[in-house]
Amino acid sequence: MSKRVALEASFAVAEAARMADVDVTAAYPITPQTHIPERLAEMVADGELDAAYIPVESEHSAMSACLGAAAVGARTFTATAGQGLELMHEVVYVASSMRYPIVMAVCNRALSAPLSVWGDHSDAMAVRDTGWIQVFCQNNQEAFDLTLWAFRVGEDPKVLFPVMVHLDGFTLSHVTEPVILPEQSEVDRFLPKFQYLFALNPDKPMTHGAFGPPEIYSEAKIAQEVAFRKSKEIILQGWNEFGNIFGRHYFPVEQYRTAGAKTLLLTMGSSTETAKIVIDERRDKGEAIGLISLRLWRPFPFEEFRQIVKGAETLIVLDRCISSGMGGPVFSEVRSALYNEVPKPKVVNIIGGLGGRDISENDFEYVIDRSREIAKQGSEKMLETVGVRGKMIGIRG
Amino acid sequence: MVKQLTWIDMEVGNIVKEAGSASFRRTGDWRTERPIIDKEKCNKCGLCWLYCPDVAIRPLENGYYEPDLYYCKGCGICAKACPREAITISEEEEK
Repeated sequence: MSKRVALEASFAVAEAARMADVDVTAAYPITPQTHIPERLAEMVADGELDAAYIPVESEHSAMSACLGAAAVGARTFTATAGQGLELMHEVVYVASSMRYPIVMAVCNRALSAPLSVWGDHSDAMAVRDTGWIQVFCQNNQEAFDLTLWAFRVGEDPKVLFPVMVHLDGFTLSHVTEPVILPEQSEVDRFLPKFQYLFALNPDKPMTHGAFGPPEIYSEAKIAQEVAFRKSKEIILQGWNEFGNIFGRHYFPVEQYRTAGAKTLLLTMGSSTETAKIVIDERRDKGEAIGLISLRLWRPFPFEEFRQIVKGAETLIVLDRCISSGMGGPVFSEVRSALYNEVPKPKVVNIIGGLGGRDISENDFEYVIDRSREIAKQGSEKMLETVGVRGKMIGIRG
Repeated sequence: MVKQLTWIDMEVGNIVKEAGSASFRRTGDWRTERPIIDKEKCNKCGLCWLYCPDVAIRPLENGYYEPDLYYCKGCGICAKACPREAITISEEEEK
C-alpha cells in the first residue's frame, strides 16, 4: 500500500530519486536546493541507496560528472538552483545534444545582483533554449511524481533527452506537505531499468562527443530538434501510464475551472495554487474566469495551449522573470504562439514575484482587475507589475 | 571523400559507432610547416616516432622514419625530440 507522509518537496524529490534507484548523483549544494543532495548523500551513506555520490567542487563539474555517468549507461540525477544552474550552463547544452537522459531538479531561484537566494523563475528562463525537457511543479506531490516520471520519459529509447524538474525555491523546496509515496513494486512497474544502447564500453569502442565541423553541425542540430519535438508523444504516454498506475493525472497545460471562461489567468509553478483560491471566489460570484498553468515548458505544447485558450477574450500572463528590454519570457512565447491564430485572446503581461516576493491572493485580485483595464484600453505599456512599490510611469517600448 | 550525411543519417547524440574514424580526416591540410628528415644524421633511434602526438611518423622497412604528410600538422615536436638534430622544419610553399 502507498503511504501518506509529511515531506518537504526537497525530500520528496530525493525520495523519488531513491525509489528510481539512481546509480550516480553528482551535485554541489546551493540554497535552496541543498536539502536534495544532503538527503541523497545521507541515503547513500546509510546504505538506503546503492549509488555513487560524487561530491564535486562546482556545478560545472557536477553536470560534467553526470555526462560521464550517463555515457556509461548509469541512471543519473542531480539538482541545482539559481547561480549554480548558471555556472553549469555550458554543460547543460552538452547533456541534451549528446542525448544523455540526466534528470535534474531545479529549486528555482532569482539571479544576482542583488544577491538573492529566494525564488523566482530567472534561472529556469535562462536555460529555456538548452534542449532539455522541462516541467514545472505546483506542490510537493508533483515534485515527487514528476521526478519519477522524468526518468521514465528521458530514458525512453525514443527520447534520450535530459529532463529538468522545476520546483519553486523555498515556496516548495522548504515547505512540508502531505505526499503520497507509492510502493516500490508500483515504481518498478512504472519505471523499467535504464538500458542505454550506446553505453561506452571498452570491448566495443565508439566515439561520444566528436566535433562537428560546418559540413555536419547543421544536420546534427536539426536531427536533435526533430527528435526533441517527437519526444512529446512519449511525454504524453508517460503521463498516461503514470495516471494508470498511480491515479494522478498530468497534462501539458493544466486547467482549472476553464469551462466557458472569457478571461484566463496563466501561472507557472507554486503560485498556481494561490491563484486557484482567487479563481474559486470569482467563479462562485459568477465571473467567467479560469486558470491555466504550463506544466510542460519544453517542448512547448503549442497544440494543447492553442486549443485551450481559443475561446477566451483575455489571457493574463504572470511572469516571475524579466527578459531585459523585452518583458516576461513566458508572455513573449505565449503571445508568439497565438499570433497567427483566429480568433485569439488579447494577451496581457504582468511581472511579479521576483526574488522571493510573495504573490498573495490580493495580488492576484489586482493582476486580474488591472489586466482587464489594460485589455480594455487596447494599448499597453511595456512594463506592468504587481507587488512592486512605486508607480510605473513613462515606460515605452 | 566522406559521404555527405543528411540529418536523417545522424546517429543519436552524433555518436560515431566505429572506432578509429579520425583516420579518414586529412588533418595534414592545416600544415604551414613540414618536417624534413636528414638520413645522413639519423641513427634510427625512433624518438620522433615515439613523440609524435598524431602518430604521423611512419617507420620504414629499412629502419628509417618519414613523416606521413596526410596527417602531419607540422607541429615540430619531432624536430625538438631528435637528439641528433636530424629533423628540420621547413615552411610550406604555395603551389
